[in-house]
Amino acid sequence: MSLLLRTFLLALTLALAGCGGRGQEQEGDGQSQIAVEGSSTVLPITQAAAEAFNRQNSDVRITVSGAGTGDGFEAFCNVDTQISDASRPIKDEEADRCEQAGVEYIELAIAQDALTVVVNPRNDFAQNITLDELRTLWEPSAEGQVTTWNQVNLEWPDQQISLYGPGSQSGTFDFFTERVNGKEDESRTDYQASEDDNVLVQGVSGDTSALGYFGFGYFEQNQQRLKALNVDGIAPSVETTQSGEYPLSRPLFIYVNAQDLEEQPELEEFVQFYLENLDQFVEQAQYVPLSPEAAQEAGERFNNRTTGTAPEDALGAEHKGNGK
Amino acid sequence: MTRSGTGIAQKGGPEQESVFKTSTAVRYALDLVFTILVFVATMIGLVVLAVLLIDIARDGVPRLSWEFLTGFPSISPERSGVYPALLGSLWLLVITAIVSVPLGVGAALYLQEYAPDTWLTRLIEVNVSNLAGVPSIIYGLLGLGIFVNLLGPITGGQSIVSGALTLALLILPVVIIATREALRAIPDSVREGGFALGATRWEVIRGHLLPMALPGALTGTILALSRAIGETAPLIVVGAATYITFVPEGPLSAYSALPIAIYDFVSRPQEAFQIAAAAGIVVLMVVLLLTNSVAIWLRNKYQRRG
Amino acid sequence: MTVEARRDPRSEAGKWHRESRARHFRERAIKIVLAACAYVSVLTTFGIVFVLIFETIAFFREVSVVEFLTSTTWSAAFANPQFGIIVLISGTLLTSIIAIAVALPVGLLAAIFLSEYASTRLRRWLKPALEVLAGVPTIVYGYFALTFVTPFLQSTIFPSLTIFNALSAGLVMGVMIIPTIASVSEDAIYAVPRGLREGAYALGATKREVATKIVVPAALSGIVAATILGISRAIGETMIVAVAAGNLAQLTANPQEAVQTMTAFIVQVASGDTPTGSLTFNTIFAVGTTLFIMTLILNIVSYLFVRRFWEIYE
Repeated sequence: MSLLLRTFLLALTLALAGCGGRGQEQEGDGQSQIAVEGSSTVLPITQAAAEAFNRQNSDVRITVSGAGTGDGFEAFCNVDTQISDASRPIKDEEADRCEQAGVEYIELAIAQDALTVVVNPRNDFAQNITLDELRTLWEPSAEGQVTTWNQVNLEWPDQQISLYGPGSQSGTFDFFTERVNGKEDESRTDYQASEDDNVLVQGVSGDTSALGYFGFGYFEQNQQRLKALNVDGIAPSVETTQSGEYPLSRPLFIYVNAQDLEEQPELEEFVQFYLENLDQFVEQAQYVPLSPEAAQEAGERFNNRTTGTAPEDALGAEHKGNGK
Repeated sequence: MTRSGTGIAQKGGPEQESVFKTSTAVRYALDLVFTILVFVATMIGLVVLAVLLIDIARDGVPRLSWEFLTGFPSISPERSGVYPALLGSLWLLVITAIVSVPLGVGAALYLQEYAPDTWLTRLIEVNVSNLAGVPSIIYGLLGLGIFVNLLGPITGGQSIVSGALTLALLILPVVIIATREALRAIPDSVREGGFALGATRWEVIRGHLLPMALPGALTGTILALSRAIGETAPLIVVGAATYITFVPEGPLSAYSALPIAIYDFVSRPQEAFQIAAAAGIVVLMVVLLLTNSVAIWLRNKYQRRG
Repeated sequence: MTVEARRDPRSEAGKWHRESRARHFRERAIKIVLAACAYVSVLTTFGIVFVLIFETIAFFREVSVVEFLTSTTWSAAFANPQFGIIVLISGTLLTSIIAIAVALPVGLLAAIFLSEYASTRLRRWLKPALEVLAGVPTIVYGYFALTFVTPFLQSTIFPSLTIFNALSAGLVMGVMIIPTIASVSEDAIYAVPRGLREGAYALGATKREVATKIVVPAALSGIVAATILGISRAIGETMIVAVAAGNLAQLTANPQEAVQTMTAFIVQVASGDTPTGSLTFNTIFAVGTTLFIMTLILNIVSYLFVRRFWEIYE
């Protein structure tokens, strides 16, 4: 038995030794630590910012988790985190909870994601799809009914269509259903769903009768395996999304605790740094930068410490929030 | 006069009805079939393992480098490393083992050697069995509620200790059940001999039963720790970070873990991240092999045929 | 010798008496410590129940138990949600049954091979090699099922397999569970006293007969424990099914189609964008409670069954 004990102690010592080599001085728990939680979609952007910031300020400890926008807001309203990553605006219930806990937040739009509608590259008949056609295809009443291409567009062949899309829990789904079907979470349910966009890429690229939708970055990285459709005549691209022409672009946010902003100088430095170099981080993370006007508005909100949600964000879409 | 012949002619009298198959040819043929079956069964497991490992190694091994092992995660797949995740996993592994093995062996000892045969004991047994089937994410929620929130001041909130305790609870049933079976397999004569010589129960356990049950307990530990090291969902819920700019300095520190790093890499669009994920898996498997080999060496040492 | 003389600490007998008092005290202390270890598992269950109960109650305030148990549609995260748990249960059962159908025979036969047929040297590295299967992270298994097993099956035996299906997930889950069943069974089989085997050989039994008619029955308790452990693992497995079986909650018995298991649903909602405290989020807890009760019933039934079996053989 003592041999086992000795072995464990050895392993423990090794582990401790391993972390003695690199690492910062511990300044007292939570002192110069910035905790970020929330959407795994927004995580890469915040990660890029934290990485660059850390290079210049190595004594600031930053942790970023991606347990989901909902979990992120819960932790945020619990004052466990200073920043919350969100792929959707804060909901009423969550805003109320923050208010009850005395947490004031600054909502900052930081990037856009262009939802791309893709088909298999061997699909030679579909080039463009209108929002109406998308609705015909994806609305709840289409379930079990709309099963062939020509039911969506008469010019398309009478062939089976197989659908791929994000699961009902992802922000992509929330946004798509609201924009296309008119109400959030309203969608047909008989499609191949996955929370992991890479899996959807796999599905569409291997199925000639497939149609799917997911984030732009996943299309960009797999252009040989996929074909993107124009939506209402506009092709998805960085330019069309930034200019607002592309109809299916959704905003990504971070929420910053206003009080911590005042009390923690490194938090203010970090968010300032984040916003100043926003384009760089957004591109590294494979998303689309905000239009210059939207970026300016975000900067102003931060500088003026405007709390609460905007009634209409810079992208022109109304959304729920305190300022309705 | 022979009872059941195997083709040997019997004097007078008809062939007798027999309970056993009388033809050795049939028995040996069945034997051959069975031998093939058991061999094939073992091979299935090994072949799948080999295919999996080769597939991962092909992508992952070229990506391995000192920079990968000592680097921090990055937005750029080429610069990404698993250093904080690796250390986090090692910390978790050690603390989880320290907590779960004594608890598990102790519980098994109590249930098998001390507990009276009452409804309460049976309840505990069924309870342990049941806990083995609870999905890991529920343990994550449990850990979040109790270790992170309720005991936050002691555990440091979303810290290594919270994560390790959650994992320890998750794998505890496996250790208990495997150890229990090992104890059950020891014939009572060993215990009775000890008692006859005036030893107390604990002296019998420590001197005889534990060494004899050690191989089985170690099997349970191996399987349990293997599971713990690869779990993602409960760690995410309990607050392990995906991206972190520092390495853990102690059990109360924030942390990341290898499976979380792998999961993060795998869900990024860039192909280069998929390669990094494969490399991360290789690192994980190496850690696993090292941990297991310690336990296996111990098991081989203590195992002898009864 | 008088009692007083025996208790006199300066005499030889007295020293022994004092020592035996200390021994008894130590015995009791150890028993209490060990009992505490066992009761940790009870505490864990209380903890789980505690964690699950509040939100489960909140859930059932909005959704009727009748609908939950009888509806045949599950669309919990969509607008106009339907909550028929039968759909998720069918997903869990379908994948678990496939997994056990693979793991039990393969695991048991492999255990017999390791114990009865393999040489000691071979066993020394073969057993750990199989145990490595248990250590492969479940996400890896999930992606293996999706990117290797499914295309393989599609191009050979099952051309009508959809990309997400219960079959690949079940098969791969079975492979993951093989070491659990094999290794624990094998320990039990290995521990069967040599004398039993040698007696059988002496009576002219073949290796197969010894293995199947003598050794396995003697090790039955361990084998059954291993199997129950394997089944529990299959029911509680999350990542493999979440990745490979799909997230399509439909009531089907066809393994070629996509299904959603209870665990996959929980993980989908817990890591998604739902606000905590909402009905959709509370659904996790209702599903978790159902899972807990299901495995409890399974364990109680198998426990009673095992006890009967055990008594017959003892």
